[in-house]
Amino acid sequence: MEVRVEGLVKRYGRVTALDGVSLGFASGGLTAILGPSGCGKTTLLRSLAGFVAVDGGRILFGPEEVTALPPQARGTAMVFQHYALWPHMTVFDNVAYGLRLRKLPDADVRRRVERVLDLVEIGRITGVMQRRPAELSGGQQQRVALARALVVEPRVLLLDEPLSNLDAKVRQRLRAEVRRLQKAVGITAIYVTHDQEEALAIADTVVLMNAGRVVQSGSPQEIYSRPESAFTAEFLGVSNQLAGIAEAGGVRIGAQRLPYAGAVRGRATLIFRATDASLATDEEEAAPGHTLLRGVLEERLFLGSVYRHYVRVEGETIMVDGTEPVEGGPVTVRVPVAKLQVYAA
Amino acid sequence: MNRAVLGWAGAGGIAFAILPWYATEDGIFALGWLSKYPLDRAAGPALVQALLYERLSLLPVLPLLLAPLAIRRLRGSGARSTLLLTVGASGMTWVALQGFAVGGQPGIGIGGLVVGAALLMIFCGGMAAKGAFNGDRFVSGGIGAVVALVVVFVFYPVSRVLVGAVLDNSGAFAPREFWTKLSAREVWGLDCLVSSAGCGVAWNTVLLGVLVAASSTALGLAFALIVTRTEFRAKKALRVLTVLPVITPPFVIGLAVILLFGRAGAVTTFIESAFGVVPSRWIYGLPGVWLAQVLAFTPIAFLVLIGVVEGVSPSMEEAAQTLRADRWRTFTTVSLPLMRPGLANAFLLGFIESLADFGNPLVLGGNFHVLSISIFFAVVGAQHDSSRAAVLSIVLLVFTLGAFYAQRRWLGRRSYATVTGRGDSGLHPPLPVSVRRLVYATALPWAVFTAVIYTMILVGGFVETWGRDHRFSLRHYVAAFAVDVTEFGLIWKGAAWNSFWTTVEISAIAAPLTATLGLLTAYLLERQRFRGKEAFEFGTMLSFAIPGTVIGISYILAFNTPPIELTGTGIILVICFVFRNMPVGVRAGIAAMSQIDRSLDEASLTLGARSLTTIRRVILPLLRPAIVAALVFSFVRAMTAISAVIFLVSANYDMATSYIVGRVENGDYGLAIAYCSVLIAFMVAVVLLIQLVVGRRRLGRRAPTAVSLEGQPTSSL
Repeated sequence: MEVRVEGLVKRYGRVTALDGVSLGFASGGLTAILGPSGCGKTTLLRSLAGFVAVDGGRILFGPEEVTALPPQARGTAMVFQHYALWPHMTVFDNVAYGLRLRKLPDADVRRRVERVLDLVEIGRITGVMQRRPAELSGGQQQRVALARALVVEPRVLLLDEPLSNLDAKVRQRLRAEVRRLQKAVGITAIYVTHDQEEALAIADTVVLMNAGRVVQSGSPQEIYSRPESAFTAEFLGVSNQLAGIAEAGGVRIGAQRLPYAGAVRGRATLIFRATDASLATDEEEAAPGHTLLRGVLEERLFLGSVYRHYVRVEGETIMVDGTEPVEGGPVTVRVPVAKLQVYAA
Repeated sequence: MNRAVLGWAGAGGIAFAILPWYATEDGIFALGWLSKYPLDRAAGPALVQALLYERLSLLPVLPLLLAPLAIRRLRGSGARSTLLLTVGASGMTWVALQGFAVGGQPGIGIGGLVVGAALLMIFCGGMAAKGAFNGDRFVSGGIGAVVALVVVFVFYPVSRVLVGAVLDNSGAFAPREFWTKLSAREVWGLDCLVSSAGCGVAWNTVLLGVLVAASSTALGLAFALIVTRTEFRAKKALRVLTVLPVITPPFVIGLAVILLFGRAGAVTTFIESAFGVVPSRWIYGLPGVWLAQVLAFTPIAFLVLIGVVEGVSPSMEEAAQTLRADRWRTFTTVSLPLMRPGLANAFLLGFIESLADFGNPLVLGGNFHVLSISIFFAVVGAQHDSSRAAVLSIVLLVFTLGAFYAQRRWLGRRSYATVTGRGDSGLHPPLPVSVRRLVYATALPWAVFTAVIYTMILVGGFVETWGRDHRFSLRHYVAAFAVDVTEFGLIWKGAAWNSFWTTVEISAIAAPLTATLGLLTAYLLERQRFRGKEAFEFGTMLSFAIPGTVIGISYILAFNTPPIELTGTGIILVICFVFRNMPVGVRAGIAAMSQIDRSLDEASLTLGARSLTTIRRVILPLLRPAIVAALVFSFVRAMTAISAVIFLVSANYDMATSYIVGRVENGDYGLAIAYCSVLIAFMVAVVLLIQLVVGRRRLGRRAPTAVSLEGQPTSSL
């Protein structure tokens, strides 16, 4: 089922949560909606579910417009951050709830519940169907919640930060699991998260939102390696920003000047990732395809896999990651030209 | 959409054609009307009334009811919803207008009721069809029903008081008389400042309210600090205090105070024999009423303040301590300021309670008059001046509504209490030594005093004649509760049985209705978003701030004559209880529902369940403890109410509390106190029984905990 929204607007008093959002969600694809808190991503998801009445725009499921339909008539299913399993029902009753509403015969209900519990890989826990949700671990509860959503074969599966309540290890494993399930079932899924790593790992398409608007959307690779704005570059990965003046053939940053061949002119923001840069202590000539920035190393943190160096360049502090520690003092930061982005400020 | 609306239209049409339009003698369940049905002038349905008895003003209702049946012929949902809205609105307006305007009609009966409900639901169906309330018909109907009920049974009667105030007793418009009565010296006089004559009732009332509120807040805080911040051993026993006001009829404390300090009281006679002090009537007046009210309302302040004191996040206090504040500085600079909004809240609650209290000033007031009593005597006394009662009601209403408004607008958003329910580990620091001593020195003697008072209540009924003959005697209990076993079965011979069974019956009918209405309102407030919600909430909570005496007089003014004629019936008592106690049900429901994460309903809705199904399958099962609490609470409150009830009782429907007050006025303290003990014992038994039956079953995370009367907002307004 292809899902489209056109010009969605939602205001809460003076705050505009959705400011004319238009998007298409591919049938059978997993789309991650990513953004900082307050960017409107949850409002977008909840307006798709029908819990938020939008002030303008249209929502279409395939050819059908559902903008005015109440939640129960939309044929979606939702997985919540806090699982939202009903504590007074057993696991079986939770999962069977939607099927019973559809007045399926008991035998069918039983068969489908068993199948879906196997699918989410908790069917083999002994007596799981007769347990109460509180007797399961967080990860298991979220699997039950997924089963409850999938069992009714919804037109669209909505996931609202489903993994953010779990600890890191379980989160990593369930992430792969969710993607496998979604592909196995072939359902259109929309996944809200504020974790950029999670979005990149799980999605076919990533939609980045900020301040109620879509900033950029595309495949994870695209959005990661070809950010179209300073915001995207900044949000995806640990990035450095330097303010400068772009001219023909170069960018001036304070007293330093870097070669530059792009089209931006005037006040500009220069962005590169901490992982793309490297450090050298000695004065060196720029290797082909690289550019150099001089600065002073102020501090160094050990992060486990890398050392993070804080370097003061022309009054601003930037970060450079490296596998080897570098001692303090004057240093040279080496950045591949291809990884350097310049945006008009 | 269409089917339910058509169903209502059909029901309305059928009611119009076959149900008796007017109220029948002895009520619809007595079935006496059946013998005269359907062609009789009294028992006939609207159709018969219109055709045979020329009550043609009823006739326009029929085409309105039938109009929705034509809905399928209309094209476009816009035209359909407009039709429904027009039909519903004009139908309701017409029924109400003709009820008031066309004279010579009896009160509305079952037929009129069903037709009115049908028109209301047609209107709500139209609202939902227009897209209001997200198009949810259940929500639309629920809001419509609650609004209609509150308008008819709270706003309409209160407006009758307002109107009654500017009319003289013959019903003519008399603004000058209104002004004379409002500004009268006995209301606002300040003679007490310069002479020995008493001040006006308004000042008396405010003075008493402020004194009682200040004392009960201070004592309540002392108790709350002991329970939450000290190592005091008998904390559990102190917590029992919080249940007492729930099960005690408000004037019982006043009775016990008389047994102690009255002219023949235990303390008085002891002091007379020991020191030769001549007994006087000093207790009758401000001291006595103050004492009784502080005794009665301290537990309520205690209950409120436990939450406040516990709500102060320990980490804030720990933060102060790590910055080298000692216990005293931490308490005075962090803990106490953080409690300030809660203290103000308790003060205002105490103020409202004191103003609304009727029983204690009646029993102990003497020559010290307060508004609630003056209103009562203006109606039932020799003066029988109902316009004066209405004027005084307005004064009282302005006071309580002012306090209520202040409590909600000014304090509502200024609570610092941390209510996240998680993440705040840590322990409250112990109290500074000086504070602890002070708190012990005030609270513990008071607790002992309270215990003595309750002992008096239990013992008082077993004494021959209090103050004169202290021999053990069962004669009061025999007089009140004797049962004869004869060959015809049990005969309830005691004088109290009649009012006792009436009370139990009326309370048992009112309780489920109160709980239903309260929880429905709570659901709408907690789970739905709609325009005008603030006004809706204010309206539903309003009756909390309307003193019982005002409700009582307003019901008499509003429901004594057609179109709604209810005085002298049991129904008016039931209705009175439902709307007086509804705010408590609403609060309990909101408190419980706010603990159930909204995503639990949303999960159900996305899976295709309608809101009614979601309520039934998800919310209600999780709310079970709250439902039971609301049931118990409204039952018990109905059994102990007095202020409104005393206006509404009749020979057929006498209530326990008004019977007891009658005994007290005749000086028959022994029987009165015996009856009180039985009532208290009965209610304790009911509460315990229900706790036992429901049990303390716990549900998983995010579910409310077991039934408990602690933590319920209480009030004996």
